[in-house]
Amino acid sequence: MTKQVTLTIDDKKITVPQGMLVVDAAKIAGIDVPVFCYHPKMEPVGMCRQCMVEIGRPMIDRATGKAILDDKGQPRLQFMPKLETACTNPVSEGMVVLTQSDKAKAGQKDNLEFLLTSHPLDCPICDKGGECPLQNLTMAHGPGQSRYLYDEKMHLAKNVPLGELIFLDQERCIQCARCIRFQDEIAGDAVIDFDERGRSTQIVSSSDPGFDSVFSGNTTDICPVGALTTADFRFGARAWELDASASICSQCPVGCNTTFNTRREARADGKIVIKRVMPRQNEEVNETWICDKGRFAYHYAESDARLSKPLVRKDGKLAKASWDAATKAAGTAFAEAKKNFVVLASGRLSNEDLFNLKSLADQVGGKAVLYSNMGGGDLTSLVGVGAGTNFAEMGKGTTIVVAASDLYEEAPIWYLRVKQAAERGATLIVANPRETKLERYSDFVIRYSYGDEVKTVQDLTKKGKVGDAFTKADNAVVLFGSDGLGLEGSSALAIACARALNDTEHVGRPNNGLIGVWQRANDQGAWEIGFRPEENLVAALKGKTVYIVGADPAGDDPALAKALNSAKFVAVQDLFETETAKLADVVFTAQAYTEREGTFTSGERRVQRFYPAVPAFGETKPDYAITSQVARQMGVILEGTSASVVFEIMAADLPTFAGLNYAKLAEIKEQWPIVGRGDLYYGGTTYENKQGLGVQLSNAASRGEKVTLPRLPKVAALRPKENKLLAVPVTKLYDRGVTVASAELLDQRIGETFVALHPSAAKELEIEAGERVKLSLDGVSKEVVVKIDDTIPAGVVLMPRSMGLPINEPTEAGLKVGKKAAVR
Amino acid sequence: MASVILRHREIPDIHKLNVYKKNGGFDAFKKAVTKMQPAEVTDVVKNSGLRGRGGAGFPTGMKWSFIDNKNWPHYVVANADESEPGTFKDREIMESNPFQFLEGVALVSFAVGANAAYVYLRGEFWQIAKFLDEKIAEMGDAGYLGEKLFGTEYSLKIYTHLGAGAYICGEETAMLESIEGKRGQPRIRPPFPAVYGLYGKPTVVNNVETLTNLPLIIQNGADWYKSLGTPDSAGVKIFSLSGRVRKPGNYELPFGATFRQLIYEHGGGVLEGHPVKAIMPAGASSSFILVDDKVLDTPMDYANVRTLGADLGSASVIVIDDTVSIDWVINKTIHFFKHESCGKCTTCREGTYWMMHLIDDIRDGKHSTATVDLLLNVAKQMQGKCLCPLGEFSTMAVVTGIERFPQDFKVHNP
Amino acid sequence: MSLAKKYSKEVKQILSKYPAEHKRSAVMPLLYLAQREEGYVNKTAMQDIGKILDMTETEIASIVGFYTLYHDEKAGKYRMQVCTDLPCALRGAEQFMDSLCGNLGVKVGETTPDGVVTLEAVTCLAACDKAPMFQIQSPNGLEYHENMTVDKTIELVEALKKSGTEVK
Repeated sequence: MTKQVTLTIDDKKITVPQGMLVVDAAKIAGIDVPVFCYHPKMEPVGMCRQCMVEIGRPMIDRATGKAILDDKGQPRLQFMPKLETACTNPVSEGMVVLTQSDKAKAGQKDNLEFLLTSHPLDCPICDKGGECPLQNLTMAHGPGQSRYLYDEKMHLAKNVPLGELIFLDQERCIQCARCIRFQDEIAGDAVIDFDERGRSTQIVSSSDPGFDSVFSGNTTDICPVGALTTADFRFGARAWELDASASICSQCPVGCNTTFNTRREARADGKIVIKRVMPRQNEEVNETWICDKGRFAYHYAESDARLSKPLVRKDGKLAKASWDAATKAAGTAFAEAKKNFVVLASGRLSNEDLFNLKSLADQVGGKAVLYSNMGGGDLTSLVGVGAGTNFAEMGKGTTIVVAASDLYEEAPIWYLRVKQAAERGATLIVANPRETKLERYSDFVIRYSYGDEVKTVQDLTKKGKVGDAFTKADNAVVLFGSDGLGLEGSSALAIACARALNDTEHVGRPNNGLIGVWQRANDQGAWEIGFRPEENLVAALKGKTVYIVGADPAGDDPALAKALNSAKFVAVQDLFETETAKLADVVFTAQAYTEREGTFTSGERRVQRFYPAVPAFGETKPDYAITSQVARQMGVILEGTSASVVFEIMAADLPTFAGLNYAKLAEIKEQWPIVGRGDLYYGGTTYENKQGLGVQLSNAASRGEKVTLPRLPKVAALRPKENKLLAVPVTKLYDRGVTVASAELLDQRIGETFVALHPSAAKELEIEAGERVKLSLDGVSKEVVVKIDDTIPAGVVLMPRSMGLPINEPTEAGLKVGKKAAVR
Repeated sequence: MASVILRHREIPDIHKLNVYKKNGGFDAFKKAVTKMQPAEVTDVVKNSGLRGRGGAGFPTGMKWSFIDNKNWPHYVVANADESEPGTFKDREIMESNPFQFLEGVALVSFAVGANAAYVYLRGEFWQIAKFLDEKIAEMGDAGYLGEKLFGTEYSLKIYTHLGAGAYICGEETAMLESIEGKRGQPRIRPPFPAVYGLYGKPTVVNNVETLTNLPLIIQNGADWYKSLGTPDSAGVKIFSLSGRVRKPGNYELPFGATFRQLIYEHGGGVLEGHPVKAIMPAGASSSFILVDDKVLDTPMDYANVRTLGADLGSASVIVIDDTVSIDWVINKTIHFFKHESCGKCTTCREGTYWMMHLIDDIRDGKHSTATVDLLLNVAKQMQGKCLCPLGEFSTMAVVTGIERFPQDFKVHNP
Repeated sequence: MSLAKKYSKEVKQILSKYPAEHKRSAVMPLLYLAQREEGYVNKTAMQDIGKILDMTETEIASIVGFYTLYHDEKAGKYRMQVCTDLPCALRGAEQFMDSLCGNLGVKVGETTPDGVVTLEAVTCLAACDKAPMFQIQSPNGLEYHENMTVDKTIELVEALKKSGTEVK
């Protein structure tokens, strides 16, 4: 354990670990030392000069090494003649810190006067007003009046887009460099920096697109003034008008804790609307950060295209109907179907929704199918990471393997956490057929050919430098994804990963095990509850009675649309009139997750609660309640009034969730750093977590159950062949998925549908970067933009998922030479 | 007395390797590497009383002894950034007596166990860098640099690194940042470079003039060097004399020579025979010394200059006569520091900018006595709060100028 | 052609001065190399250097912005940088500058209409004993001109205009 030292700050005695900075020790003691540049998550730089304090240290007799005592037997203190910065000085035994002496107070006041010489007095129109550290600290520590003449203030541009997402007000910037240091130290995207020097110092970005980082929004949280604002929130509302509701981000499997800030406003016809998404602290999940997708893509639920009332097909047309009529129609059809009943649901749904759906399928005797092209969730239930696993604890002695996943694009906060673990000394092995950003921080890069995933992972247990790094590690975690893989390939990869972990005894303990980099927020929950994807979904749907919830198969893939056309009966439950809904016999209108409560299970198998932020839209209902109502029509009783009760029933039914309930999930504990109280100046405007840190599930291995892993199937993996291109699916953070597409703000980042090729392939096809070509794939014809990228293996063409191309698995592609390219 | 540093003035062509060698060149380095332990070299330098010539006057040997021997590799950086207004001594050394300087670099490198040394030159010394590169290559060819020197296990390489126009890079941690390819902004100290220096490794940073003393100290011994100066300040110093004198230039004198000797004997007196009004003994960073006969007869060493309310610093003596108003002078210095403030810390960034507004008003006659008071107040408010010495330096002339020459800040149209 | 290709030998030599794991150190010499082309660092050069050193273009731009001898905009072929700092000013540098402006018909910071000379005022160049003085920055480097008079300077400017060649 770290040595503890005792010091006195303003007459308060406090014992803290050696090496802690004075500013942090003061915070623990409940004493606020004003700071601007210091942030508890970043290296101290001492540049804003705000945290001036007096520091006395016991005088030591050089001969004896002991403290020199005064007449009263107290250690004699030596104070430096100058004030010192609390953010750069570590604590030491017997130290005395004065933060409120006349000298210290004068230093703090003087510094604020300096800062305000250039800062405009535009608080009344500033977005930061009300939650602004400079404003607050000026009130607390600053001079009442400035001796600086107002006419001499510098006038600079107030509306500089660093990119289309983040705007800079040059006048307000106090050059604390928090944003620049965040991007460099934490995000690893040094795409903003200072230009010029002295008083001319200004933040700039030269990247294309501007401020090219998926973490950019965090800089607005830690900006201690109103210099950086998001395009989403700026000029949107005043901080003090906002209500806050705790939530969990639904965009990826990380499960970032968030807060929705809402307001009732005239602009929205008097409705309560979400004004912004802010991070909420959970040091074991997302710390105090979120990615830009989580921050900006929430607008889909506000769309005018939302369905407000159930629809029932009448005379060939969908027409509005009562809930009773709609549920009765569906219930009758489902009851008749028996084993021909198929529930097709996605990981967009909550645990409660999925549990009710699974129960219904079981009752009827049908199937619960997960709408996903990625396998392996059964294995994460067995040997996945579980209780006690925290990336923040990983460092030296831990080996992290990332296989077939581009974490920066697929789960940005995991990217941050893995990067940090690697920087703390964890061994990072990145295995991917193409270059990914995470490799910068890796110890080993394994570049295999598409199709060789399984063999690559098997090699991890063999002797050699890489093998030793894996097998001999104290702890090992494997994150596997589906870069370039479909269901078959990713399932096989998962088995290989699980076996490698199990064979090397890296299971059943905290900070060991498997993590699936799923495509949706609650895929892990769906697997835990018993949903399984179907290898041949077309066959599974043909002629069946299908209940499709939170998925749009017909919109994604014409083959599935065809299958559904020949289904016996189709009920669809969604927010929108999707392509699938258009084929349905009955459409149920569901609430967005922002309108209700529930839980998600993250990829790290943490079950976390989200809460309603805005009132429900129209006559929509939560998914679990709709399912309950349908069930009731069939004489099946499923809980439908309270999500927490559904959860309790689930916990009683499924061993994985045993012992859990909403109260447990809402438990909190003290977290470091302290954020979000009266002290926005310290951690930023990230929210304190008062609503629960969630609970990580146990797994079969940790419960001591016998773990039997499946054998590796023989997979006939496709490989690029001569004269044939292999088209593979990849995930991009910003896509045209239903939960992103209506966020206009992200249009530019999403861009057009593209295919990416190696220069040699492009040359052969005589196509150039930026050129538009026509591409046909499985009956879908689409104009796409060509990207050329020399980090892609020759012979492979990358196709983004959820961008209108029905690419579910690797596919041999014969791109035609010329302007009209065709696949298959 | 024979020169110690500016030996080219007596030995023409000492910039040629054979001439330098003929005059004892590299004997000290060879002696150190083949016959001495690194710690012995440090001890000789400690005992010689040599203090840093860049301005701070810190004992050189002691600086070396702080180097962290548990963390390797070590680096040496020669500070050839010479950018203080009024300082032009290092340039003459490097242009005319380059080998003695480079031998000094080699000696400190050996003493602290560094196998690589960088000479950081200000960007304007573009031609000097080219010249030094040639000299370094010649040394390599002659076996004074490279692997296994003089048949021992010791290896050394010296590289030049050009800055690009930033006074702040003369501050040692800013210099290290600049070599690392970053903006030349100072780091928080501690840790000092001896613990956390170039690339985070223990590093000694010494000024060119300091280093150029080393070969003769090692050759002739600590006592010889000590005998040259005063008890407080051992050895010789180059005084860069500039401003309102007839013969500005570099003058190598033992510590303890008086201002009068420098200005009148060597510098030929003040232009047009005017009296000396003020002296800035350490360039633009200096306090003003209000000059009278007693001042002129003060010996120039670290301790004695301090009794005049100023620091000797780099001994860049700027002479100001009675034709010059002090408000004009501090207008120059404030604009200089405002231009060179790196912008990292609030105090200096905002303080120099604010002072510039105030002095502009004063120069434009748009001021009242309150303006002058405020200028003095702002300067004092900056003191003791800046991240690095630059901000502190910017206040020295302002505070002492207003306090010691109040008549020069009189309100013109009260 | 990229910087790395066009000056492959120089780039290699520059990189060899610094430890391989700290190649970012080479950014300053590479920027000088880039300036050889047009007297300033253009966007392409910043991208080239970024690629060589694993730095972002923004980071390179930030370095260019910090140091006064790097330029991101085109100016005259020769930048005549006159020291007007305290020691030089005590020896008439300001009057010297004023007459240069008059003779060249430009203000400080401006370029002669023929694009040959940009007149700039700079801080101390360590030539305080040889005022008035200036340096000339051209794509090929820097050269000091000390103990100057206005006549000598005009002569030099004429020579530069006529020859169109680089200063030696």
